[in-house]
Amino acid sequence: MEREIIIRMEELTKLYGQQKAVDGLSLTIAEGEVFGFLGPNGAGKTTTMLMLLGLTEPTSGTVRVCGFDPARDPLKVKEVIGYLPENVGFYEDMDARQNLRYIARLNDIPDRVSAVRIDRLLEEVDLAKEAEKKVGSYSKGMRQRLGIAEVLIKEPRVAFLDEPTIGLDPDGTNKMLELIKSLSRERRMTIFFSSHLLDQVQQISDRIGIMIKGKLVAAGPLAELAQRGLGLEEGESYTLEEIYMKYFKEA
Amino acid sequence: MQGILTIYRKEMEDHFSSMRFLLIAALIVMVGVIIASMVGMAMQEELRGVAKPTFVFLMLFTSTGKLFSFVQFIGLLGPLIGIILGFDAINRERSGRTLSKLVSQPIYRDAIINAKFMAGVTMIAIVMASLVLIISGLGISLIGVVPGIEEVWRLAIYLVISIMYISFWLGAAILFSVVFRSTATSALASLAVWIGLSFFVGLGGSFLADAIAPIKQTADMAEATSSFVKNAEIQRVASLFSPMTLYGDATSTILDPLRKTPRAFVLMGPLERFSLTRFQNPLPLGQSVVIVAPFLISLVAITLLCFGICYAVFMRQEIRST
Repeated sequence: MEREIIIRMEELTKLYGQQKAVDGLSLTIAEGEVFGFLGPNGAGKTTTMLMLLGLTEPTSGTVRVCGFDPARDPLKVKEVIGYLPENVGFYEDMDARQNLRYIARLNDIPDRVSAVRIDRLLEEVDLAKEAEKKVGSYSKGMRQRLGIAEVLIKEPRVAFLDEPTIGLDPDGTNKMLELIKSLSRERRMTIFFSSHLLDQVQQISDRIGIMIKGKLVAAGPLAELAQRGLGLEEGESYTLEEIYMKYFKEA
Repeated sequence: MQGILTIYRKEMEDHFSSMRFLLIAALIVMVGVIIASMVGMAMQEELRGVAKPTFVFLMLFTSTGKLFSFVQFIGLLGPLIGIILGFDAINRERSGRTLSKLVSQPIYRDAIINAKFMAGVTMIAIVMASLVLIISGLGISLIGVVPGIEEVWRLAIYLVISIMYISFWLGAAILFSVVFRSTATSALASLAVWIGLSFFVGLGGSFLADAIAPIKQTADMAEATSSFVKNAEIQRVASLFSPMTLYGDATSTILDPLRKTPRAFVLMGPLERFSLTRFQNPLPLGQSVVIVAPFLISLVAITLLCFGICYAVFMRQEIRST
């Protein structure tokens, strides 16, 4: 069954002065897919996300998210996507519920609808017990989970998660990965996430894109990357790390 | 629209619970009330057994007591309210990493600036209105005169001008909060511009005037006079760059219909004395408004200019969380 294409990028390029942050990126992502965006720091992962969200304009190339151009129709795009920035911030002197309600109101969700959703989401991200505490007192892991809840409150079709596990301890990382997996499984949500941690990407992604120095050097399911990158036959063992290092050296 | 209202509500909550706003508002209200009550008590002494002059109530706001009048005080320190309300409007969100989250919600970016500006203006209006009302109440009990209809009108117009004046500084501070990433820089920049425009424009103006049209010390009276007038005119034009001058001119016309405080640059000569005797009646309200209108328009224009720059910078700015 052919799934609907939800994100389409063609020859997407972003220049900062002379430097190419993103260089001729072409990629399509289907509805319900978990796409792991892999690459070293400064490879252009965040810049790509910003262009998908309409937070920065591409120098050239086209982007379509749910059929809309984020540079020209930013509001239409922002209605259907959720974005978790790297190191997300909150209003520290408000509690989790107030932070979530603020985001809900900005999305034009009436308070009586959002009240139900907030309670359910706080359960889901395991923050129900701390909901009355000021966010300023939250640990890194709790903040990341609250960030996920903020993405989910508007029930988006696509979630963009920028380094969702950065700075989390192993337990927090596992909880976060479980959460992301359940989103795609239970809600059929399309998830586009970036990371530079290989094993995490490997664990939860349907497809993986490897980006190095602004160029997408490989994209596809893990097995396919292994075959192409390492020249392995089906059934042979490999790790994403091997594939990644191979591409990294080539670039 | 929903976005503006939501942000507006949150900003209002923030302002009301923000310690530094409460402190500056308390300080301004306190000093304002002290000045007005000093003036009021002095007037009480002076007016004992004398027929009340016209517009005696407005003198509460315009007469200089020991230091300066209430109007001068607001002209001088009112901008601080605007600056304190606005200097970290945008870059606080930036440094708290909430800005990238905010701009990825389905709201227009200008809604963020507009809502913050509207919330600030509301706070300014609350402070100024309560200040004028407190002083009026104090004045009624001190000098025992109830303001007439025209005086109430003039006070209302004064209130509007003051709110617009302080709002200009709010707009300027918001502009700095967009341009500068660090809240400390934007606070210092706002303060620097405030001090520069309020105190040094006059100084710069006289320098400029002396450079362009120096006063000639010649025996020829006509030439000396014309050079003097030209010098003064240049100074005057330069001083119009200072919002404080705009505000001072506008309010003195509104609150001082008898034009007792001389604004002319030349010391009172025979002609002016003649005009005072000819027009000793107060300027009618309508005429005062006509005189004030250009100052008001200038104030609105420079506020809009700030906004224009704000939009131009903020709309296209890339917002990263790191």
